[in-house]
Amino acid sequence: MLSLRFAIPTANTLTPPKIKPKPGLVVQTAWNQTDLFPSLPKRNDYKLQAATTDLSVAGDIPAEEVVELPAELSRELMPKHVAVIMDGNGRWARQRGLATSAGHEAGVKALRELVELCCQWGIQVLTVFAFSYENWIRPKVEVDFLMSLFERALKSEVESFSRGGIRISVIGDSTKLPTSLQKLINEVEETTKHNSRLQLIVAVSYSGKYDVVQACRSIAEKAKDGQIQLDDINESLIEQELETNCTEHPYPDLLIRTSGELRVSNFLLWQLAYTELFFAQELWPDFRKDEFVDALSSYQQRQRRYGGRH
Amino acid sequence: MEKEVMSSLKMAGNILCSASSFIRKCIFGVLRVGPIPNHIAFIMDGNRRYAKKQKLSHDGAAGGGGRYDAGFWALMVMLLYCQELGVKYITAYAFSIDNFKRKPEEVESLMTSMLEKFHLLDILVKLLAVRVHFAGNLELLSNELRASAMELTEATAAYSKSVLTICIAYTSRDEILHAVRESCEQKRIDLEFGNDDDDEIKLMKVEKNMYMAVAPDPDIIIRTGGENRLSNFLLWQSCWSHLHSMWVLWPEIGVWNLVFAILNFQRNKTYCLDMKKKEKEL
Repeated sequence: MLSLRFAIPTANTLTPPKIKPKPGLVVQTAWNQTDLFPSLPKRNDYKLQAATTDLSVAGDIPAEEVVELPAELSRELMPKHVAVIMDGNGRWARQRGLATSAGHEAGVKALRELVELCCQWGIQVLTVFAFSYENWIRPKVEVDFLMSLFERALKSEVESFSRGGIRISVIGDSTKLPTSLQKLINEVEETTKHNSRLQLIVAVSYSGKYDVVQACRSIAEKAKDGQIQLDDINESLIEQELETNCTEHPYPDLLIRTSGELRVSNFLLWQLAYTELFFAQELWPDFRKDEFVDALSSYQQRQRRYGGRH
Repeated sequence: MEKEVMSSLKMAGNILCSASSFIRKCIFGVLRVGPIPNHIAFIMDGNRRYAKKQKLSHDGAAGGGGRYDAGFWALMVMLLYCQELGVKYITAYAFSIDNFKRKPEEVESLMTSMLEKFHLLDILVKLLAVRVHFAGNLELLSNELRASAMELTEATAAYSKSVLTICIAYTSRDEILHAVRESCEQKRIDLEFGNDDDDEIKLMKVEKNMYMAVAPDPDIIIRTGGENRLSNFLLWQSCWSHLHSMWVLWPEIGVWNLVFAILNFQRNKTYCLDMKKKEKEL
């Protein structure tokens, strides 16, 4: 989609307030942009690289080890569950004059790095929005490529994730996925179900609204069968029926969306009630360790009140 | 001499007001060249910090709602600007179910303040021809407040120029829960009377039972006070909304803040509309 990029101030105050950083901390809130005239980098600034289809990477996810956190971060304030909307692969590729497929492959590499960081920094659940229910209307060529990319990535990473103690869960409407991918997902989930270092939840063919609707249908069935009464339907029951019931921490503490778009795009609607939102300007393949540190640092600065007072 | 000075000051004030009104009309005219949002929702955060800044009284039992007066007038000003711009639906997050967790005396004072404001609101919305709707679990409110809310809703039901939805005793999860219960109950009744030829509950049926069914999904959700979260507000309806957070405290919100929010929305509108259409196609 072509988004219109006007040269207009995007800061929502004429002079953004000065945030006093705590000693040793770097503070950045991407939601309040301080570049007044953001511009895209020129194409010839980038070294054009041929897309590689080889997804195998050097080395496994390191086994459990004590890893020192960056100075800006505190281990006690680390979120338990981080969710990511991995936006911007297509734009990243277009900026470099590459095919969209190259952008998606670069995105997989960025995801792998994020998974490693989450393992090292004690984050327990990482949920990523890989493919939305609305993405099915993209061109068939791109959809087919994405399905084959998921398959290849799962096949190439399952052993490494197993050794690294990572449990993989997939949420979303799997009936629309190719049969081979459905079978592979079941195998991978079974193989890694006892791992406990990090749970990686991949949302594929997922819609937050349909997640709630399927929970509603499931509850209606139980009510019809007499297993529950209407008065028994409460928030806890809905939570149990949502697809995120595969984890002990279904509610993300932090949601990161890359590429500068300011919306949640039908991702985890129920679960995001009290989630801190962080909107990063970088496109997903460029979202690396430094950017993740910025997001976590911003999260750790925030005061979460849940409707009450301090 | 003093009279002349006062008269000059008054004239200068009038000129400034006229000039600022003229500038505002020009800016709004420029904004209207692009797409104007149909529905703006506000998370009105920052009242307490504003009161602290202004050293306003706490919400004591003696009718102090001082810290929320400024917030109420800020909402009225936003309502006026939105009407002038052509924004038909305005939603404001006034009181969350989670806010009942605050100290009882603070909650009681808030309720008293809200009752007073409803009387004022009654006069203002009739002047502006605004339909008022209350979204939330009104059973959690006192009888007096609930009755006053119902009265205001009925008294303004015929107005159609704008719709102001006030979310009170509201959380989005409670709203979804209510919609799920209603959908299950309707399904049970349909099955009992053989009216239902479809086994599954559809998304549209769940949406119809939402408290916010009276308005379309918001195009923009504006949160003041600098926090970047939805706080259990319009989770269902916000899936394609443009989210705009601003540092300004709610009582300090002004026309420039609204203008920037709409300009940002206009940069992204085409994409949001596309995705809403595509969601319907699926």
